[in-house]
Amino acid sequence: MSLLALRCLRPVIKKEFRQISRDARSLMFMISLPAFMLLMFGYALNFDVKHIPLAVVDEDGSRTSRDLVDKFRTTEYFDLKAVLPKRAAIDPLMAREDIRAALVIPARFADDLLAGRSPSVQVIVDGSNAMSGTTAAGYVGAILQSYSQAITLEGLARRGFTDVSLPLAPEVRVWYNPELRSAKFLVPGLMAFILMVIVTVSTAFSIVREKERGTMDQIRVSSIRPLELVLGKMVPYVAISLGSAHLVLLLGQVLFGVGIKGSYPLLLLAMLLFLTGALGQGLLISAVTRTQQVAFLFAILTTMLPTFILSGFVFPIRNMPAAVQAVTYLVPARYFLASLRAIILKGAGIGAVWPQLLFLTGFAVLSLGVSAARLGRGDGERPRRRTGA
Amino acid sequence: MADNAIEVKALTKKFGGFTAVDAVSFEVGRGRIFGFLGANGAGKSTTIRMLCGLLDPTSGTATVGGFDVRSEVEGVKRTIGYMSQKFSLYEDLTVVENIRFFGGAYGLAKRTVDSRLAWVLGMAGLKGREKSLTRTLSVGWKQRLALGCAVLHEPRIVFLDEPTGGVDPASRRRFWELINDLSERGITVFVTTHYLDEAEYCNDIRLIHAGRIVAGGSPQELKTKVIGNPILEVLSDRIVDAMEILQKEPWVLETSIFGTSLHVSVADEEDGRRLIRERLAREGIALLRADRIMPSLEDVFIHKIEEQSGGAGAEEARP
Repeated sequence: MSLLALRCLRPVIKKEFRQISRDARSLMFMISLPAFMLLMFGYALNFDVKHIPLAVVDEDGSRTSRDLVDKFRTTEYFDLKAVLPKRAAIDPLMAREDIRAALVIPARFADDLLAGRSPSVQVIVDGSNAMSGTTAAGYVGAILQSYSQAITLEGLARRGFTDVSLPLAPEVRVWYNPELRSAKFLVPGLMAFILMVIVTVSTAFSIVREKERGTMDQIRVSSIRPLELVLGKMVPYVAISLGSAHLVLLLGQVLFGVGIKGSYPLLLLAMLLFLTGALGQGLLISAVTRTQQVAFLFAILTTMLPTFILSGFVFPIRNMPAAVQAVTYLVPARYFLASLRAIILKGAGIGAVWPQLLFLTGFAVLSLGVSAARLGRGDGERPRRRTGA
Repeated sequence: MADNAIEVKALTKKFGGFTAVDAVSFEVGRGRIFGFLGANGAGKSTTIRMLCGLLDPTSGTATVGGFDVRSEVEGVKRTIGYMSQKFSLYEDLTVVENIRFFGGAYGLAKRTVDSRLAWVLGMAGLKGREKSLTRTLSVGWKQRLALGCAVLHEPRIVFLDEPTGGVDPASRRRFWELINDLSERGITVFVTTHYLDEAEYCNDIRLIHAGRIVAGGSPQELKTKVIGNPILEVLSDRIVDAMEILQKEPWVLETSIFGTSLHVSVADEEDGRRLIRERLAREGIALLRADRIMPSLEDVFIHKIEEQSGGAGAEEARP
């Protein structure tokens, strides 16, 4: 299509920018809500488990048992809330959620150790929150394990085996997110989630509003073509949501230390493709609905849940049942999220993310194409044949 | 076709099983003011939307400015201006911004828009309010601005769908003056309304009822030719009772209440007046007056609808 054929694009873009700038509430919504959500999610949605309140029942009361308790006192993963005399005292504390884990060191713990009879140490964990419960149990186990190893080596050394090493010494290195911080994992996910929801919702409104006010008919009798209308409505929203995405990136860097490891142009390309697709989806929704309420519901349903649950934002896709995994291939955010994490956290180049970008391109072309075609029709009637002009 | 701006033949629109417009045919002469009259839901807007290329007809043909509304939509669009029922303007844009946007939307050059801008402001009486947000304007102003925006590109044919709905009488009168101006400059005006008094301003009228055209002609023709029987305007202190009684008489052809008077259609003026006086006297109802009047368009409308539906439902269908 030649540029001449898009001569009605400029008036539409100008009009949209004017309307958006007049609607301060929507503008604030588009610009500040993503940043606000990043703060909310970034601080509240935290899977790191630290400072788990812990109680210890030390029935032994030996130097050795106090030594073990100290191991828990000195780690930031646990806050030692109480040293209790009896097991029975655990129950009320756990029920009131004053503690989330308890350690019971049995009587004759030190004696058994010395005698070489492996004493058992009981670990009680509040499993009502499965996620943090599992983590807490893991931490307690690890601390006991390393304590137990230390004692074994000590005992061996005392018997003269000074040159002992353990057969397997695991050395775990975590790449891309060495401190295993949730924020690193969440910021890219949040960008995808926020952009998808905000962009789709705000564009979904834009055409439905024209229909509700009757201006859509006025546009349809004018020289504006469907493609010009779609592009004209898109340009301002792409510009604004790109701005919004950069605000999220900046906040991610400043507040959560999530810097961009990979190439910025590549990241920009991924964002542009994804935004265009999301905009197309919003336009499509508003092309098939008649009222703003219905458009809003549609937009929320088709963006919020899939992006939150099925994109791998919070829940790893590989843990899902096969059927659900198959559905995730239809969620555009899945591809965007994968490429964001790759580019931002791993510094991956185009060689690693091109399949994702290809999918995003397909999504953008499909959603824009379908919405332009849908807008070319009137009121769900047969498509109108156009003659040259 | 040279003299006709619009030609419509057996135009039909069905929505599922419902026929909104049923084989409607008419011609509109160049430069005429053509009034399409009918109640809400009679099929006026559906017809106008088909003629503007906004809705595909189910069957039948129509040309607007010589362009077929099905196959030459772009040609139709270049020829017409359209003002929808809602005075569709952008309420969150100013007066000038609306005018400039629509100018751009019609693909007008900036210079053309500038000169048309001044014309619209003058025509709508909006000088000095250029920077007002459209939502702050009164309905009358919005209506005139919407008309201005609809004719920015100087179309040869203008479609106005219920342009006076919800507008005060003074603004309505002023609006009709604008329509007259357009007509005098050779522009064809196709206007729908359900105000029968407005039909008097039209050169040519069609009455549409339940998707069908039931009468047509100039206002004068309609009033003098459609109803052959004389109509008596009956004034009485108890007109509702009077109507109920007279309706049952075989010599009464039609009755309807107009404000404080009762219109009674009879076969003969003198006989009718005598019979009414006698019948009402028997019920103890005093007759103040029963004069023959020229039928109004409303009489014509009710007459045609009763003719169509066998007497029932005319009151409901009254525009």
